[in-house]
Parts: sequence; C-alpha cells; structure tokens
Amino acid sequence: MSEIAIRVEGLRKRYQIGERERYTALRDVLGNAIKAPWRALKAAAGTGRSKDTPLQKHGDHIWAVDSVSLEIHHGEAVGLIGRNGAGKTTLLKILSRITKPTEGRAEIHGRVGSLLEVGTGFHQELTGRENIYLNGAILGMKKTEIDRKFDEIVAFAEVETFLDTPVKHYSSGMYVRLAFAVAAHLEPEILLVDEVLAVGDAAFQKKCLGKMNEVTRAGRTVVFVSHNMSAILNLCSRGLLIERGRITKDGTAAETARAYLESLQVGRSENLLEIRERWGRGRVKFSRVSIEDAQGRRLEHAMSAETVAIVLHYESQQTQTLQNCRVSVAVEDLYGQIFFVCSTEMVSNETRNLPPHGAVRCIIPRLPLSQGRYNLTLFIEVNREIEDWLPAATPLQVVDGDFFGSGRQYPDGWEGKGVLVPHKWEIEKGPGS
Amino acid sequence: MATTSTTRAASVSEALPTVVIQPPRGWLELDFAEMWAYRELLYFFVWRDIKVRYKQTVVGVGWAILQPFATMVVFALFFGVLAKLPPAGIPYPIFFYCALLPWTYFAGALSGATNTVVENQRLITKVYFPRILLPLASVISGLVDFVIAFVMLLAMAFYYGIVPTAAALLLPAFLLLAILTALAAGLWLSALNAIYRDVRYVMPFLVQFWMFASPVAYPSTLVPERFRWIYGLNPMAGVIEGFRWAITGQGQAPGVMIFVSAGVVIVMLIGGLVYFRRMEGTVADVV
Repeated sequence: MSEIAIRVEGLRKRYQIGERERYTALRDVLGNAIKAPWRALKAAAGTGRSKDTPLQKHGDHIWAVDSVSLEIHHGEAVGLIGRNGAGKTTLLKILSRITKPTEGRAEIHGRVGSLLEVGTGFHQELTGRENIYLNGAILGMKKTEIDRKFDEIVAFAEVETFLDTPVKHYSSGMYVRLAFAVAAHLEPEILLVDEVLAVGDAAFQKKCLGKMNEVTRAGRTVVFVSHNMSAILNLCSRGLLIERGRITKDGTAAETARAYLESLQVGRSENLLEIRERWGRGRVKFSRVSIEDAQGRRLEHAMSAETVAIVLHYESQQTQTLQNCRVSVAVEDLYGQIFFVCSTEMVSNETRNLPPHGAVRCIIPRLPLSQGRYNLTLFIEVNREIEDWLPAATPLQVVDGDFFGSGRQYPDGWEGKGVLVPHKWEIEKGPGS
Repeated sequence: MATTSTTRAASVSEALPTVVIQPPRGWLELDFAEMWAYRELLYFFVWRDIKVRYKQTVVGVGWAILQPFATMVVFALFFGVLAKLPPAGIPYPIFFYCALLPWTYFAGALSGATNTVVENQRLITKVYFPRILLPLASVISGLVDFVIAFVMLLAMAFYYGIVPTAAALLLPAFLLLAILTALAAGLWLSALNAIYRDVRYVMPFLVQFWMFASPVAYPSTLVPERFRWIYGLNPMAGVIEGFRWAITGQGQAPGVMIFVSAGVVIVMLIGGLVYFRRMEGTVADVV
C-alpha cells in the first residue's frame, strides 16, 4: 500500500450534448464559409468573446468528469459506482488514454491494461488462433507473451476444436469466451475494467468473476466499473461513488455501495422542476409525472397486468407549437439498468407537434412489470435538440397483479425481478416412458 | 500466473513506466519513442490487413495483377494504338505498366489510409494506441499488391527484351517516395475523414483527378521543359517518371522534378503528422 499507482488531480472533461449529428460534414463547413464569409470574418475579429459564447449560450455541454482528484495505491482494487451517465466510463477512458481530459492531469505509474469491451478488434474473417494474437496485441501484449500463454487462453475459452475456424462461424457464447479468455490473461500492473463481466452465460460469468478474483488477490491494481453490487463487494476493497462527474463518497466497497443505494432511494420532490440532475437546453421541462389507470384516475401504485398511463406534464416558455417532438420514458431498475423504453419515435412515423404547455400520456396496456420499485427516466427532444433529460426522475411503484391469469401471487422474494413475459409450458414424453 | 505475479510484485519498486495524462497542448507533440514501443502492434495491423485481403489467395493475387494489367491494356489500345501518342522509345505496354505500377499502389494505399480511422472507430473508442499506426499499416500492407504486380512487370520486361541498367538501382528510392506520398496524403485525408464524414465521397474524384494530373497515360515530356518543375509539385509526377526511367533505362532522369517532388512530400508529411496528431486527441469523442 505504499506506492502510488494512479494520481489524479483536478481532472475535468467536457462533452457537447444535444448535437444529434456528432460529426460535421465538410460540405456544411465549406458551404457556410462561402455563403457567409463576412460572418466568419466578424467572428474572427471578435475572437475572445465569440470563442466561448456558443457553448455558454446553448448550455449544451456537460462536465462528464468534474474536478476529480484521487490517489490509488499499488495493490488496491477499487470499484467505481454510480448511475448511468455519472461519468464512470469517461473517467476510465481518460485513465486509459482513449480520450484526453479538458483540464487537470493524471499520472499513472506502471503498465496499464484497459478492458472497456470484450473482443475489441476481433475480426470476423480471421480464425480463433489469429484473433488471439491480434486481440492480444491490441490489448498491449507482446508476441512472446501471447506465445507463452496461448495454450492457457485456449483452454480457458474451451474452443480447442474450433481454433482454425473463422470466428464468424462461432456461436455467440464461444465468441465471448474466447474474447474474455484473451483479456483475462493480460498481466499489466494496473488493470482498468468496465462492466465487461455482464456477458456470457451464468457459468461463464462465474468463471470470469473467479478469474478477476485471482487477479486482485495477486496484488495487482484494479479499477473496476460495474452495476453489479455483488461483484463490486466481492472484488473490491475500496469503493468510489461518482455522481454527476464528481466523487461524492470514498470508502470501503460496502460503505460506498450503501451510499449509492441510499442516494437512489432519497425521497424526491414530486415537482420535477426542482430536480437539478438534468441535461438539455431546458426550454421545455418536465414538471410532474402522474400514474393513472385506463379511466384517467390517479393511482399511487401501478399494478401488473393492468392498463397504466404514465402522464408526463411539461412546461415551456414558448408560445408557439413545439415542432417535431420526440418523447420517451425508460423504465429501469434501481441500479440504472434499463428494462424497456417507450418512445414516440418507435410507435409511429408521423412527426409529433406538441402544444407549448400540456401533458403527454404514455399508455401501456397490460403492464409487464413484476412487483417492486422502478425508476423512470424521462426524455424530450424538440426539433432534434435535447430539451430535457431527467435520469431516474421519478419512482414507479408496482404492485402484484394477475399477469398470467392464474390467480397466483408472485413470490415475495422475487420482488423487482423485472419484466413479465407471457408464456406457457408444454411437456413431452421421453422415449420409453 | 502465480509465479509471474510474484516477480511482477517484486519489480514494482523498480522504475515503472510513468504516463502523464494531460489536456492536449501545443500543436506538435510527436512521440517517436512511443511509436517505436508500439511497433509490434503495427506489425499485427499490417498482418491483419494482409491476412484478410489474401484469405482467398487466388482472388487476392489475381486482383493485384488484374487491376494494373487491364488498365494497361486499355491505355495501350486507346492512347497508344488509336490516339497515336508520340512513341516513347519503349513499347506502349511497358510504358503504361511502369506508370500504373506505382500509381495503383498509391491509389490503393491512399484510399485505404483515408478510411482506416473511420473503419476502426470501435477500436479507437475502446483501446489506446498511437492512432498513426492505422494509416501507416494500410500504406505498408499495400506493398504486397505492389510486389505481386512487380513480378508481372519482370515477366513483361523479359518478354520485350528490356535489360535493366544501373538506373534500376534507384527504384527503391522512387518507391520510398511513393510510400511517403501515400502516407502524407493519407494522414491528412484520414484525419479530415474522421472529422468530416463526407470526405470519402470526394475520394474517388480526388484519386481520378490526381491520376490525370500525373503522367500515367501520357509522358511528362508533353509538359514544356520550363514548366516541368511546377509539374513536379505533384509528387506522383516525379515518382512515375522516376519509375519509367529506372526500369527501362531510356530517356532522361527526372532531375529537377524529383527534387521538387521530394521537397513537397516532406512538407506534406510534416503537416500531415501535425494535423493527424491534433485530431488524435479528440477523435474518440467524435467517431
């Protein structure tokens, strides 16, 4: 615990949001330059001011990582915990040098291996053998190192018989196993891992967790992002909670996991306008969500299998119709894992125009959620610009209903188990019975 | 694993490589030491390109020869026989093929390098390596096609009874110039292509335009002597005339032109390195 592996000082990273077209077209740039050379000149003349105004005017940037400072010692296993979009992955991307910070600095002492995805750089046309070498090299292994570990990798992935088959013929399970096997044999001093354990079947996940355990026990430094609290508690000694790009809790993994769960439960005001954790231009804002039944009566809880209307009330300072709107509601669990999304865009091709004030009702017939507590993430876009985006804005409490028409109660221990799917069972006789 | 990790733990106290991560500064931070450290990955990228291209050997090799050869036949027929281009003192097939050999390499390497950053966007957003390896690898892997097409040239030279002279010793230098030209232009275009996604629509036109601005289908002697150095501003003009001269030993060496071309390439290359490096820091946020 003596030497420092990672030291981060005042790290910040700014991202633009609200731009649907993330890359520009040269045609537009040239076109603008030709159409309005005087505008370009004017902008150039008033340098100092015009340089930062576009950002501030629209307010369409976020600090994905905001003033993060921390020290991680050699041998520590640190879990990064936080909601979707809290900045965990961005922090990991900066530390693995994929993207540069906007401000601040970080120092890393030791060879870094980063694992943001399983199977990065796999080529469909190449064989399993060839991909082991290619992927290994991409992850930073030397050829001699891969030679040495080759048999171990193949054994771990259980793909011996398919080594010389192009991976495009692999089943998805084999593909993932091979990809993880290569990654698992990386041996840098510092390992940065992003949510990669959520792949493969249960047995393989267990194997992966075992491998990760081995890695952390061997005294290597690991920074690990996951939504899976049990994985974090299993693997990490220390936990960092990230909210809106800032570290808000630094303690043992158990302490931090508790703080995270509490932060999710904190009773929020019903008035959504008071929520500060929101992104977008903000000319239109969600003000309130109500849950109603098919007849439009207010409900405290939604019920499985019943028709439920999620009514999103919004406000704006505009006076004219809001053109070309896209509204969506995502239903997610308390860890931010999305179960499903209802979006105006998905159900119809016509463009939707909304009055400047009002409400939109999202009607879900036969609500397919088991009893438990969920969060709703709300999103509205007007004319291709994000106006309001409220992650986990409001809870949705669901009580048990008779989804399967069997009259059975859903067992209590199964609370929050997610989506219900209509199904039936058939029994087949085996030969000789 | 247990054994390696103990040795590693012991070596922790020794000098560990230290990386400092900072916002992009200045306009030039080329790191040749880092590129050297990643040479194995460059090798693997080249190896991947070649493996994938020659997965079906017959098609790969056939295509490498067919492209310049078929073009040569068309040129020889229309420009040579029908349009009666002034005789160059060498057979038309050789005259055109000598030019098409470096040109086909250049056009292929340039297009490959231009698309490489966009094609590998998944890689770029998930793992770090010096991004310059990508265009570099596509310029290098294009050489395999070149070598195959070159064997065809040897066969043709034998058929027409052309004996190489001392000039042939300069061939590697002209090839190097072609490689550097493809790399220099490829750096610019791949960086532009990553930022402005419509660049690839311009590429076919650019390559075609560039070909007509180069002495592929005609000899550079069509250009008056006193303007020849201006013509040399197109580095491929120097390369192609160099190839013709080095292979056949006929005509005059492309003196001034080649020096102008080399100068232009060096300027383009330095500019390309700087521009590419600037793009590198933000590319993962854009693609």
